[in-house]
Amino acid sequence: MMKKYDIIEINDLNLFYGDTQALKDISVNIKSNSVTALIGPSGCGKSSFLKSLNRMNDLVPIAKTTGEVMLDDKDIFEQGYDIVALRKRVGMVFQKPNPFPFSIYDNVAYGPRVHGVKNKKRLDEIVEKSLKQAALWDEVSDRLKDSAMGLSGGQQQRLCIARVLAVEPGVILMDEPTSALDPIATLKVEDLIHELKKEFTIVIVTHNMQQAARISDETAFFLMGEIIEFEKTSDLFENPKDKRTEDYITGRFG
Amino acid sequence: MQKKKLLKKIASYGVEKLFLLSACVAVLALLVIGVYILVSGLPGMFKIGVGQFLFGEKWSPSEGYYGILTMIIASLAATIGAAVIGVGIGVPTAVFLADIAPKWAVRILRPAVELLAGIPSVVYGYFGLVVLVPFISNTFGGAGNSLLAIIIILGIMILPTIINLSELAIRAVPRSFVEGSLGLGASRMQTFLRVSLPSAKSGITASIILGVGRAIGETMAVILVAGNTPQIPGSILDSVRTLTINIAFEMSYASGIHREALFATGVVLFAIIMILNFTLQAVLNRKAGTRKRRRAGVKPR
Repeated sequence: MMKKYDIIEINDLNLFYGDTQALKDISVNIKSNSVTALIGPSGCGKSSFLKSLNRMNDLVPIAKTTGEVMLDDKDIFEQGYDIVALRKRVGMVFQKPNPFPFSIYDNVAYGPRVHGVKNKKRLDEIVEKSLKQAALWDEVSDRLKDSAMGLSGGQQQRLCIARVLAVEPGVILMDEPTSALDPIATLKVEDLIHELKKEFTIVIVTHNMQQAARISDETAFFLMGEIIEFEKTSDLFENPKDKRTEDYITGRFG
Repeated sequence: MQKKKLLKKIASYGVEKLFLLSACVAVLALLVIGVYILVSGLPGMFKIGVGQFLFGEKWSPSEGYYGILTMIIASLAATIGAAVIGVGIGVPTAVFLADIAPKWAVRILRPAVELLAGIPSVVYGYFGLVVLVPFISNTFGGAGNSLLAIIIILGIMILPTIINLSELAIRAVPRSFVEGSLGLGASRMQTFLRVSLPSAKSGITASIILGVGRAIGETMAVILVAGNTPQIPGSILDSVRTLTINIAFEMSYASGIHREALFATGVVLFAIIMILNFTLQAVLNRKAGTRKRRRAGVKPR
């Protein structure tokens, strides 16, 4: 396996929606080829933090960011930073499966096509490789031309993961990717995440603490826009340093 | 207790049937009108001779000539022209309103479009008569009463239909599609062209069909600017008479075979609207189908 290094360095990140501060002085490093879980009660800023990492917050007109997010030694908030390249490098999987109303093939091929891949053979290869990586190939290989809307929720979510993999990102952000899925589909996605971390860096927001404990290497506990604790997952859950973390993971609030 | 239950059951039964009845009225109206036109128009068409009627170029009831080819051509030309203007301006406007426009622009544009829809057709016609016709006459020569004037007036008239329905269709595209696309590194333009527009396709198609239907059936606005000469237009500056004008102009005094010929004109108009709707739907659907097939990696037939 590749040697782990800090792939993203976040320094003094602050995020405002209008007058409301959603993130306060966040400074953490995210390690490559690992799974980082973000936990915390609703509205604590974990999703906002996730969306800062590929600048999806730009879609919110009143959002304002200060501080830096260093990816490959460059600040992604620097003026003139190539957002297209950023989102290609940092892919995102959403809470609700959101396949396009196209065929399965076209969903996976969408990203590469947008980025200029036209060769049909090359596209075929990418689609097959991505679907295999997303552990979906065996289920759909004989009906690639069928609409993606006909897949089950779990399959749709794995298709969305395949769609992200097709643009060959380095980092994959996941915003509660299993919250709309049943337990079996959830397990499949968790297994997949475990496989994917060999090649990718994964940051995942989850409301499910067992899930965070099962799949992540490191965990950040968010509260009111701040990171209260950021530790190795086993340490954070077995030996929380902060009283508030302990209260949260033992279910006393949140 | 038992009685109350029974009453409830009867009430619910009654309401259900009432709704069914209401639904039937619309269908019934269509049937009655359709049958009435066919019964009143078809015999006349056969008396004149179907070929003579549809392909005759001369319309002169006093001499016994009942050919409506000139009007069929005029109606089709006017509708196609109006559709070109309506779609060409309407769909981009809808895109602008739904996706691009800043809030203040929407606040001005949307009421403007709605107002446009509320203007009575006779006012459109009047505007055409006193502004557009003289303008065309001064700019291009001729009388000004022309196919061009009809096309412009109809094009403007169908704008609200196309803009409103297309905008609705584009706005109905789930935000998650857009986010998914942007999240993959697609630009806003790529996202719009490759995700939003294909997703809104059926709604936009419906808006065009409705617009075209309105254009071909429009009478009042057209009468005032057409010039009403039954001739095959050599250019868009020629005066023409559409099918609708023919009916509206002469129905009040026609009798006998003349009257039947006017009803037959109605039959033709009815048929053209049907055919136009079906072909438009088929063409737009097939186009989408081949694109989908091509995207899926299968050669189009």
